[in-house]
Amino acid sequence: MNATAGPSTLSAAGVSRSRSARRRKRLDQIGDRALYGVCLLAALLCVTAIVLIAYQVVHGASPAISKYGLGFLTETTWQPNFGQFGAGSLIFGTAVSSFVALLLGAPIAIAIGLYLSLLAPSGVRGIVAPLVEMLAAIPSVILGFWGVLVLAPFVQGTLEPWLHDTFGFIPIFGAPETTGSSIFTASLILTIMVIPIIASVSRDLFLAVPRDVQDGAGALGATRWEVVRAIVLPSTASGVVAASLLGLGRALGEAIAVAQVIGAGSEIQASLFKTGDTLAARIANQFPGALTEMHKASLFYLGVILLVIGLASNLIAQWIGRRFSFRGAEAR
Amino acid sequence: MSAGLDFDPTAPLTPSGNLRRRRIFSRVAEYGATAAAVLAVAVLAIVVYTVVSRGASALDLDFLIKGAPDGIGPELVGTAVIVGIATVIAMPVGVLVALFLTEFAGNRGAHTIRLTLDLMNGLPSIIIGLFVFGLLVNHKQQSGIAASVALAIIMVPLIARGTQEVLLLVPANLREAADALGVSRWRAVLGIVLPSALGGILTATVLSVARAAGETAPLIFATSVFDPSRYSLNPLEALPNVPVRVFQLSEEANPEGFAEAWGLSFVLVSLILFASVGARALLARSRRKMAS
Repeated sequence: MNATAGPSTLSAAGVSRSRSARRRKRLDQIGDRALYGVCLLAALLCVTAIVLIAYQVVHGASPAISKYGLGFLTETTWQPNFGQFGAGSLIFGTAVSSFVALLLGAPIAIAIGLYLSLLAPSGVRGIVAPLVEMLAAIPSVILGFWGVLVLAPFVQGTLEPWLHDTFGFIPIFGAPETTGSSIFTASLILTIMVIPIIASVSRDLFLAVPRDVQDGAGALGATRWEVVRAIVLPSTASGVVAASLLGLGRALGEAIAVAQVIGAGSEIQASLFKTGDTLAARIANQFPGALTEMHKASLFYLGVILLVIGLASNLIAQWIGRRFSFRGAEAR
Repeated sequence: MSAGLDFDPTAPLTPSGNLRRRRIFSRVAEYGATAAAVLAVAVLAIVVYTVVSRGASALDLDFLIKGAPDGIGPELVGTAVIVGIATVIAMPVGVLVALFLTEFAGNRGAHTIRLTLDLMNGLPSIIIGLFVFGLLVNHKQQSGIAASVALAIIMVPLIARGTQEVLLLVPANLREAADALGVSRWRAVLGIVLPSALGGILTATVLSVARAAGETAPLIFATSVFDPSRYSLNPLEALPNVPVRVFQLSEEANPEGFAEAWGLSFVLVSLILFASVGARALLARSRRKMAS
């Protein structure tokens, strides 16, 4: 009796267990698929967003693109009242302000990166590094507001006259304007914005330089500067260039702070101390009060130019960065 | 001069000639690097000091809760609503993208998504404003939702990047133990990976909120025509908000407006700095916990 009952109860338990196991397995299959599906969906959403952004900007610009074509890039008059639009002076202003910002900001940022990675005692590093990054956390509109009320008067009253008196024979240091709004003031604000970006990336690069190579150079009698000059900078050069390009991308695309301090001029002038305007700042300044559909479309066209420049500088930075990391991996 | 004959063994060992020059040059370079760091910190200090000294004087309870022209209440509430909705949109997407990168994507897929995130991160915010205008505002009306969508686009890459970093820190033996016990992928992810990465995910979210709260350019397109004297919670209409208000006040040459703008700046800057300092502390703590 017992001998026959044993196997039957056992098999009954086995059946029920295998049924629950099967159910659990099916649930797991569904769960795995669902999780995969949701994650894939989120990833595809990001790709779609980029494509949609490019499409919307080009679509909004299409009336202006078909009317002006590529001549828009070199045309320098921008008179919404007369229906004349051209991006020439804005491309000039964008290039000059970003270039000056990078020229001032990159060396300072690289020096900060060197200080934080090689010189600073660890206690100081733990305080200074977050402070430098905090500079990037200040909203651009507040930096711009500070620029209008604090920096611009100082630049106009002190810095520009001094530069004009000392280096006035060079045409870029012309006579100061009556207000502090100028391409130069905008460049200084952009400098403040690019420094934390370049500094934090280059600090990470410098920290990755193998310590033993540096110590070896030191043991051979190289001074600290010579170690930096001969080992640290050459081995990270492409990464530093990529970091600078990231900073450049930030400077090119900054709209609000520049719109606040650059003075919305429309002429191409040699002097940095005159007003000017950039692509992004012109969009921010004029879009809310755009007069006609063509005015709006032209502003969108500026956006297309900005998008192309921005994506290009970003992709080049990526490309350089990737080549650099490959080389680093091979060396190790 | 003949060095061999002039050598005095009792003289102290001080560098001379070329070595001296190299030493001095190196020392000057060190001072230069230190000065650069001091300069950056000084700029931060000056900006923060200006905002605090000019903003704090305007600040009292009335200023915080009344509408314009006496206070900034509606703007604070509007910014909270806009950023709140943006976080609700961006956080799940960002976390899921990070999960896709670490758990599911093959080599090529991961490469594509990472590139996409980097491009999104490098996109000028004014372009995102143009996009939202074309998609959600053109031929319709400005709305808080449109602003939230724009901010979410800015936040997603930040959250995804931060989350991915902590997901990679989740100890491999936790996963291996789960695999050995026959735990399925989704149970392991929901039950083990995500909970142990929660601190990092929250940090990334807080940092992205701090970034988005001050973002102005997209909001000019999405929600710039508002009445700053009236409270509004309805995200389907244009909401008053802090960054656009500061921008508008700074464009007007009106000293009373400047006082209000300094007050707004003070509140915004202190919230942002507080959030990012707090988030960093949280991150350091969760890193330490995970490492031990």
